[in-house]
Amino acid sequence: MTTLDQLPIGKTAIVVNLHSRGANRRRMLDLGILPGTRIFAEARSPLGDPVAYRIREGLIALRREQARQIEITETEGDAS
Amino acid sequence: MSAKGEACESCPAYNHAALKKMGIDSEGADYIVALAGNPNTGKSTVFNALTGLRQHVGNWSGKTVSRAEGGYNYNAMKYKLVDLPGTYSLLSTSTDEEIARDFILFGQPDVTVVVVDATRLERNLNLTLQILEITGRVVIALNLMDEAERHGLQIDVRHLARSLGVPVVPMAARQLQGVPELLQAIEQVASGAIVTQPHHISKYDPALEQALNTLVNQIEAEYPGLPNARWVALRLLDNDASIIQAVEEKRLGELRLSQQPTLTRQPLPVEMVQ
Repeated sequence: MTTLDQLPIGKTAIVVNLHSRGANRRRMLDLGILPGTRIFAEARSPLGDPVAYRIREGLIALRREQARQIEITETEGDAS
Repeated sequence: MSAKGEACESCPAYNHAALKKMGIDSEGADYIVALAGNPNTGKSTVFNALTGLRQHVGNWSGKTVSRAEGGYNYNAMKYKLVDLPGTYSLLSTSTDEEIARDFILFGQPDVTVVVVDATRLERNLNLTLQILEITGRVVIALNLMDEAERHGLQIDVRHLARSLGVPVVPMAARQLQGVPELLQAIEQVASGAIVTQPHHISKYDPALEQALNTLVNQIEAEYPGLPNARWVALRLLDNDASIIQAVEEKRLGELRLSQQPTLTRQPLPVEMVQ
């Protein structure tokens, strides 16, 4: 299973599944992260965590353990 | 107030005489207006344009931690304006979101203005739809239209208003564009001159409806006169920890008084960095 934390900076992925539950899952949905959503890995913070992702025209920072709960397939192509 | 702002206000179309900015004076208001929206959509800019206050406007998220209140007079009616913290949702559980949620749910504002970023419409409609589930007395302030135009975005405002069933006012609040139209729309929804037809997510299945009705009856028995018992019931079925706790500790009624929340800020699990 590939998860969002494995997506290299500058690459785009499509969300396949959310593995978080409860409040964390709700949070992801509210940030616009659903199966089928396109996510672009834009920048890594100096310490490598969190990573800023371009999601539905917004730039969202996710921690590694949050990104690890998001199953993806990597795609060719650019942002958004 | 910028020189640009004054030039706009002296133009007759801006109905200068009708608006009197009252600053922090919001005593004895005829109407209470809540200002909600995603982070970084210009809520505080809209707030300042209406009240004449200079509530801190900054380009970062989570700036309005607590509520800010101010007032204005318009066509001889007195309005109290409450600027809520920016949130993506009414369903998550950060402090900011609870403040916004509790005020919209239990503060029973006469009108809720949802400030929406025209350049990120899809992202902003999540909160908009959640608010429409709670109250139909809504005006959409479609802000940052100048930026949308600069990005080559065209928005079918009429269609959006028809789909959502509430007035949509295109604005560029920083340039004070759309302010008179917003004032008028707020007045019309507050007075009932406009009756909105808010968009609701389609009906739930019968089993859920039945469970909801059972719960609503129990909630209303426990909390007589509580607004939005149906919304509370939905959250209970959704296993929303903060609502369950509020019900268990019999705090739901207190939320209605929407006391000034504490200023301590909990770290959010995620942040909008731009």
